[in-house]
Amino acid sequence: MIKTYREAILEATAEEMRRDDSVIVMGEDVGVYGGGFGATEGLLAEFGPGRVLDTPVSESAFIGAAAGAAAAGMRPVAELMFSDFMAVCWDQIMNEAAKMHFMYAGDVRVPMVIRAAAGAGTGASSQHSQSLESMYCHVPGLKVVIPSTPYDAKGLLKSAIRDNNPVIFLEQKLLYQTSGEVPEDEYTLPIGRADIKRSGSDITLITYGRMVTECLRAAEQAESEGISAEVLDLRTLSPLDTDAVLESVERTGRAVIVHEAVMQGGFGAELSAVIMENTFGRLKAPVKRVCGAFCPVPSGIELEKKVLPEAGSILKAVRAAVSYKTGAN
Amino acid sequence: MIRTDRDFYKELYYSMLLIREFEEEVKRLYAEGAIHGTLHLCFGEEAVDAGSTAVLGEADYVFPTHRGHGVCIGRGVDIRAMMAELLGRSTGTNLGRGGSMHICDIKKGIIGSNGIVGANGPLACGAALAAKSRHVRDCVSVCFTGDGAANSGAMLEAMNLAGLWKLPVIFVLVENHYAVSTTVERGSANTDFSVRAEAFGLGCFEADGNDVLEVADTMSRAREYVLSNERPCLVIEHTYRVAGHSRSDQNKYRTEEEIRYWKDRGPIVRFRKRLLEELMFTEEELAEMESLAAAQAREASDHALSQPVADESIGSLVHAVYAD
Repeated sequence: MIKTYREAILEATAEEMRRDDSVIVMGEDVGVYGGGFGATEGLLAEFGPGRVLDTPVSESAFIGAAAGAAAAGMRPVAELMFSDFMAVCWDQIMNEAAKMHFMYAGDVRVPMVIRAAAGAGTGASSQHSQSLESMYCHVPGLKVVIPSTPYDAKGLLKSAIRDNNPVIFLEQKLLYQTSGEVPEDEYTLPIGRADIKRSGSDITLITYGRMVTECLRAAEQAESEGISAEVLDLRTLSPLDTDAVLESVERTGRAVIVHEAVMQGGFGAELSAVIMENTFGRLKAPVKRVCGAFCPVPSGIELEKKVLPEAGSILKAVRAAVSYKTGAN
Repeated sequence: MIRTDRDFYKELYYSMLLIREFEEEVKRLYAEGAIHGTLHLCFGEEAVDAGSTAVLGEADYVFPTHRGHGVCIGRGVDIRAMMAELLGRSTGTNLGRGGSMHICDIKKGIIGSNGIVGANGPLACGAALAAKSRHVRDCVSVCFTGDGAANSGAMLEAMNLAGLWKLPVIFVLVENHYAVSTTVERGSANTDFSVRAEAFGLGCFEADGNDVLEVADTMSRAREYVLSNERPCLVIEHTYRVAGHSRSDQNKYRTEEEIRYWKDRGPIVRFRKRLLEELMFTEEELAEMESLAAAQAREASDHALSQPVADESIGSLVHAVYAD
């Protein structure tokens, strides 16, 4: 059945709530309003106010309460309206939720999901458009998931809810209304497993989230130029599916990393280092990164487009990598 | 109502003694260089820790602060394992990973002592939410905080959330005069913390935090209030932090006279006097308890020192980051 990304998330949540009564949903306006992007619509009517909790504008309090409730046996799914607000409650995520299992000697588990709308493209400007995933990936104890399709979103969210660790689940805003095939039968997808969205033999485009679509466009264009590009969708950034990354890059000998987040200190740097450390002698060209410009995301339509990677800029990097000759750089 | 039998008085006195003696041992071991890490001792605050934990129920959750040894001991955490933790031993409460600020004992409802001041407020609300969602009877979530942490955003948000959602939380605000070196007057625009209870819809109780019976009685009433009214509350305990903030404290912000004044009015000397003068205890009985507590603390440190130093492999540590 064709469903939107938003519907896939809603379905995953509802199914898990039916399956396990320790699953609760909390966040700003997740009740009658249906969540900032409609991804909790109808949950209040089905599950009632005891399991679908509208919270005050107190991100520290409700994210921390989700962690405390998780430690005491619940499985909260907390919605942060925008991932930018992670900064408001970062202490509860980084110093509490992420560390409790380790610091408290394995006796405490924190099975919680923080769902958050991320990324740019809606003109929401600098404080509502960021891609801060490298910040989350830097913290041991967090899992970071960023699905690109409705199918992946549903399967991964169900796994995230069943996971016994805090999972940051990033939903890029421009994806909510995209649609794709979602099976009627129940399924889950493993966290930590990448997915080849398009096979190719000359170069690997390593990406995640909304940039998967841009990479697929670039790959199609490259095909017409005689370049066979593989698109590897990481789906999970932490834990990283290193095997899948290396397997693909070793096969193609070239890699272009694409993300919306700014390049400096971004997740692409981590990927690039992993590739260099493991495949240096076998690379046919230096690893390239195509990322967001190093500035806050501006709101004007042309300005915003300009700072984000798109098929065109990805294709340029692909061409450069494929035509690279040793000593000619 | 709290119990008024001799056993209860003995329990309270012994609990305070054990906290004191444990920390005397910790102080000694630290001075000898046996402890790697910082320490936040609770000398002078033993009545708050012993009195408020003495009246809790078995299912209650407890969220101690960075200055949490006393609360953990009052709650009955094994002091051998606590000492082993402070000494970085593999048999410590946290396998040597947590240290002084993170003592945890899930069987006692201590989901973990917290090193970030004020951050335990939201967590305590969460545990209370879990208890409420699952209709656990006779269960409250106790959040200890100080007059300093009370000004953190997380704590203020937590108080509002608890009040709003009518969560079974008791916020125990230990007003011990100082946030490191900052006095209550220099840290709070309004030093009357009870107004916060009103602002956030919390019941309010206040006690002389150096009177262990008053602390126990107040906490017992507070707990009863939370359970019967289905409403959280704030318990303000007025005490004094005789100990320095941490190992780096040189007491530059206060005088020896001031510390002496409070030592003379400390909870242990006060209760001792009362036990002798009003509650019919003999000097011998008390002396016996005192030497027993000292011996128990000493035994705990001797035992802890005999334990293997925590030496997990990096692989094991990294594996321990995530739950299966």
